[in-house]
Formats: sequence, structure tokens, C-alpha cells
Amino acid sequence: MTGFAYTILIPLIPLIVFLVTGLLGMKWKPIVSGLLGTIGMGTTFTLSLLTAGKYFFGGHHADGFQTIIPFETTWLRFTDTLHINMGILLDPISVMMLVVITTISFMVHLYSLGYMKGEKGFARFYAFLSLFTFSMLGLVIATNIFQMYIFWELVGVSSFLLIGFYYTKPSAVAASKKAFIVTRFADLGFLIGILILSFVTGTFDFGKLTEPGTAIFGSAASMSFMGISAMTWAMTLIFIGGAGKSAMFPLHIWLPDAMEGPTPVSALIHAATMVVAGVFLVARMFPVIHFQAPAAQEIIGYVGGFTSLFAAVIAITQFDIKRVLAFSTLSQLGYMMLALGVSGYGGEEGLGYMASMFHLFTHAMFKALLFLGAGSIIHAVHSNYMYDMGGLRKYMPVTHITFLIACLTIAGVPPLSGFFSKDEILVAALHHNKLLFAVEFIVAGLTAFYMFRLYFNVFWGKDRHYHHTPHESPLTMSIPLMFLAVASVFSGFLPFHHLVTSDKMGFDTEMHMAVAVPSVLIGLLGIAMAWILYKKESSIPAKLANKFGILYTATYNKFYFDEIYLFVTRRIIFNYISRPIAWFDRHIIDGFMVGIGLVTEKISYQIKGMQSGQLQHYAFMFVAGTLALALSLLYFLM
Amino acid sequence: MIQGIPIEHFLIVSTIMFFIGVCGFIIRRNLITMLMAIELILNSVNINFVVFNRYLYPDQLQGHFFSLFIVGIAAAEAAVAIALIINIYRKLRNIDVENVNEMKF
Repeated sequence: MTGFAYTILIPLIPLIVFLVTGLLGMKWKPIVSGLLGTIGMGTTFTLSLLTAGKYFFGGHHADGFQTIIPFETTWLRFTDTLHINMGILLDPISVMMLVVITTISFMVHLYSLGYMKGEKGFARFYAFLSLFTFSMLGLVIATNIFQMYIFWELVGVSSFLLIGFYYTKPSAVAASKKAFIVTRFADLGFLIGILILSFVTGTFDFGKLTEPGTAIFGSAASMSFMGISAMTWAMTLIFIGGAGKSAMFPLHIWLPDAMEGPTPVSALIHAATMVVAGVFLVARMFPVIHFQAPAAQEIIGYVGGFTSLFAAVIAITQFDIKRVLAFSTLSQLGYMMLALGVSGYGGEEGLGYMASMFHLFTHAMFKALLFLGAGSIIHAVHSNYMYDMGGLRKYMPVTHITFLIACLTIAGVPPLSGFFSKDEILVAALHHNKLLFAVEFIVAGLTAFYMFRLYFNVFWGKDRHYHHTPHESPLTMSIPLMFLAVASVFSGFLPFHHLVTSDKMGFDTEMHMAVAVPSVLIGLLGIAMAWILYKKESSIPAKLANKFGILYTATYNKFYFDEIYLFVTRRIIFNYISRPIAWFDRHIIDGFMVGIGLVTEKISYQIKGMQSGQLQHYAFMFVAGTLALALSLLYFLM
Repeated sequence: MIQGIPIEHFLIVSTIMFFIGVCGFIIRRNLITMLMAIELILNSVNINFVVFNRYLYPDQLQGHFFSLFIVGIAAAEAAVAIALIINIYRKLRNIDVENVNEMKF
């Protein structure tokens, strides 16, 4: 298949928009930057849809989808064997990601026209959004793992810039630093993993790495470190990088704080696109992980399962609506990781892989919708906290309906999209690991419960004292909500098992009633419990909280993970590692350098008398020196 | 060669002249006298050039021309030096080299 040369425009347009808006945006009226960004993103969105249509439906795929590289160039050449390429790789998962990213990004651009209106730094906001979109697109179309790493870091930077968008607010600054440092720390693992992998295989190229039955791992079997094979090390380290970006336990601490950024940013970066980069990375490396490092795949499955349970429990107790959604994101990311962890390769066996990608797609739609809905609510009541909200359904009908759809979707109510993708994950888990299946089953119930706790608290119950009567958001904000609601409802009918699979071949799947029925029931049970507890104002939740006492407090404080991290860094690392290093630097290294300077100065004081200013002294020295040289020369030559 | 005078005699004369010049440059305090000492050094070099040319390469003329250049340059140098000395005299009211010691440290 040819004719994909135009795909180079997909990352280039956001880049150009970023440069133009970033350099000239300050001089324009703010709305010009916004419109420019939105139009550019609309173009990219259209191009991505065209690409997806042509790739998935433009030909026969009896023997699976081809991997297409429409563009590739050598970017850095160190030696003939060591060079880094930049290019575009189209295969089912990257094309799917193009659609996800450009859809959400376009919606967020449109939404921000209303949400960010009148904010200081409007042009800057749009410039950063474009930078982020460019980096994320570059990440998913990377042809080799090093290109991916470069864009991976760029994504981290733009996330940092956007979390810290309100840079006059200390909490936003702290949150942006936290996000950057935690993910950067994880990226160190990623980099070491890349180095081990490329050392073993001699290539960065995804095509060569993921080719079925490839021989490049021949030498890897004999290499091991501390009793664990080199490939397991490499894949585990690469997964740590992915876990950092996808905020898997125990590197999850940055994501809830990242909600300090503007809400559209949370929707785009911290719900739908950037945080799934880790899932995407694992999916991209899936054949390598599955065949070369089964132990690493086990780890991925368990980390995903634990994160999803852990985050769902915390989400129940939070009051900041954006934090509830953040923990919900964590939980759903755990689902995707788990699905990859329990997946096999090829055909029906690869159900988990397909389910993970499917859930990534549907989750992006409904979670972006939830965040944009939350933004619309915050826009109306000027607070993030549930106890400042109530009875909003009367004032904000569009937000209410779309939010309800999103809640039903994430709770897994058929026939909305979340039901299908979650069902596939549960089936895959059931086939491979009963324990993880049980965890996910419980999490499905918890998810429905905390989402409807949020829903009832915000839209039902009593009216609060509002500064002004809450109003429905402007059209620029409600159109994206409606669009995403439609996508959330219908994206479940996409035939993912024919399009995005582990070996690029389609397979047939059917509903598994034995799994689907109980999972729907537990979701409905969660909704019902939320209905009883939160539909009307009652004292039962407070009583329950009291009853659980310390358990509730611990959960409310996110199991004190932030405090543990602070303790470890402040008390242990700063005191026992950083301080001695600082002392060494200040006294030994600096002392040595200062010492050299001091000694030179002292000596020069002693000998400066030799420069007397007397011409005849110089002449005498010169003649004496010449004579001494001449005599010594004579002496040694004779 | 020049009526039987061996080359060593010329060289001894020029060496003596050279060291008289060096001594004069180092021990005399008067700037004019130091300038004269420099002329002595230059002329001892001139003698060497001419003598080596005449004794070793009698059919060539480079040595002679070198001497001529040195004489010319010595004249120019004397002009510059005397101009400097006059300026020093105007500033210090004497031409003693020990007083010209501003350019230290």
C-alpha cells in the first residue's frame, strides 16, 4: 500500500502552529492564537481520520495489516551501525493512536476557546497545547525506540509546562515539578532498558525488534545479571519508564497532583493521551516482552491489577472532583496494563492485547468527556469540591446528560463502549489468571460506585450557595461534550478484533455471557449503592466513614504515599546521601580548585620583585640566561 | 686570505667588540651611552657577516648585503631611540636609565 506520504503533515502542522504561536502569539489578539491552533488541529484531525480510513478499510487484509513506513531519514549518524532515524511508522496501533490523539486534542482545542477565555497567557496555552500534540504524535509514529524516547521526553516537558501553567500558584509549581521529577526518574529506567536492548540486539528499529521469529535475540539467552536474563532486565526497565508515564503504582503520586493544571489539559494529557503512552509503549514492545521476557510480562500484569484496585479504593473517598477522575484514570490505566500482562500472542490468544487497545480507545473518549464535563462544572461553580456542588442538573442540562452518559460508559453498562472493552479485558484475565480476574471484577463494581457517587453529589441533592446562578457553558464547550458523548456511546461497536490485534491478523470473538452478565450486575450494584447513599442528602456516608475510622482516614490521605515519599527523600536521601555529597563537593572538589588559585597567588607575590622595571636587570638576566644555555649546550655536546 | 690574515683574528676582534657592547649596555646608566653600546654590538655582527662571507663564500654577496641592511636599520633605530630619549628627558629632566622604571608589576 502506498500513498501515505502526506502523513508527514500530521506531526508537522502542530509543530508549525507551535512555533508561530509561540513566537508571535504575544503580539496578536488572544483569539487569533486560539483560532489558529484550533484550525491547525482540525486539519490534523481530518488528515488522521483519512489515514485511518485508508489504512483500515482501503484494501484487502486477508493476511493481516502491513507495517508501512512512508518516510524515514537518518537523523544522527555516529557510526555505520549506530545511527538514529526519524520516521513515520504506520501500523494498526499507531494509526489508532493518531485518531485518539487528534480527536481529543481537537476537542480540547475547541473547548479551551470557551474555557480559557480571558485567561492571562491564552496564546501561551495554545502554543503549549500544540507542542504537546506534536510530541505525542511523534511518539506514536516513531519508527525506532530512540525516536520514541526523544518524543517521550518532549511529552514530559510539555506536560510539565502545562501543569505549571498557573505559575503564580505555588501548588501548581510544586505539582509540575513533582510530575517532571517522578516521570524523569522513571525515564532513567527506560533509557537503561533501551541501552541494554540495543546492546543485545544491535538495533533500535521496531520493525526488526518485533518481527515474529526474529533471530536477533540469539545471543541474549546466555547473558544474565544477578540470575535474571538480560532481556528480562531490559523489558522490566523499559516498563518502569512506561509505568512512570502511565502513573502505575508506586510511581502514581504525580498524577493526582497534576490536576493543578487547567482542566482541558487534564483531559488531554492526564486522562486521554499522555498517560496511555506507557500502555502504548508496552503494546509496541509486546512481541519482545511476550517471547523474550515472560517474567516482565507477569510483573506488568500484577502492577496493573494492583494499581487499578488501589486507585479505585482511593477514588471512593476523595472530594475534589478532578482528583476522583484522576484516580479513576489510574484505575483504568491499570486495567489496560493488566490486559497486556495477561495477553498471549496471535489470534484468540492475543485477546488481552486487543482488549487493552480497545479499552485505551474507549477510555480516551469517555474520560476526556468526564474531564471536560468536570471543567464545565468547575467553570460554572468556581470550585473543585463536591460539597460546594449539588442540584446542578437543573442549571446545566447538556453537561448533565453528557456526564451521565460518560458515567454509565465507565461503569460498563451495555451497550455503551466501556462495557465492550471492559468485558474483553475481564475475559482475557479470566483465561490467564484467576486472581487478577477477581481483582478486576471488584474494581468494576468500585468504579461504578465512585463514579455515581460523584454524579449524584454534583447533579442531585440540594442546591448550594453559589456566587451566581450556575449557567450552561457556551457552545464552544458544549459541542465537544456532545461529540465525545456520541463517540463514547458508539465506539464500542468498532470491530477492534479485526483491526488492532497482536499479530495484525483479525480474529473472531463473541460475547462471553458468563463474564458479561456478572460484570454488568456488579456495575449496577455499585450504581445502586451510590443511589442509596448519595441521591438524597443523608448522614449514612458520614456514619460509614466514622465506622471505618482509621481505614477511611488512610484511604482519604491516599494511604500516605506522598508522605512516605517525602520522608524518604527529605529525611533519608537528603540527609544521608545528598548532604555528604554536597559536603564533598564544597570541601574536597571546590577546596582543591580554590587551593590551586591560592598557591599560584602566593608564589606570584614572592617572585614579583623580579619584575623591577629596570631595563638593565632584564638585559643582564637575558645575557646571563643566553650564556648559561650556550655553555650547557657546549658542555653536553662536547 | 686578505694578505695572509687568518679568519680567527677577525672573529676575536668582533667577539671583543660584542662583549664590550654588552657590558656597556648593562653597566652604563646613561641612555646615550647605552645606545652607543648597542651600536658596538651591531657593528661586531656586521664584521662577522662580512668576514664569513669573504672567507667561506667568496663568490657570493649575501653577507655584504646583510651588513648594509643592518647599517640602515641601525640608523633608523638610533633616530627612534634618540626621539624617545628626548621625551624621557623632557619628563624626568635627566636621561638616567634607573629612573625609567614605571613599567613594573
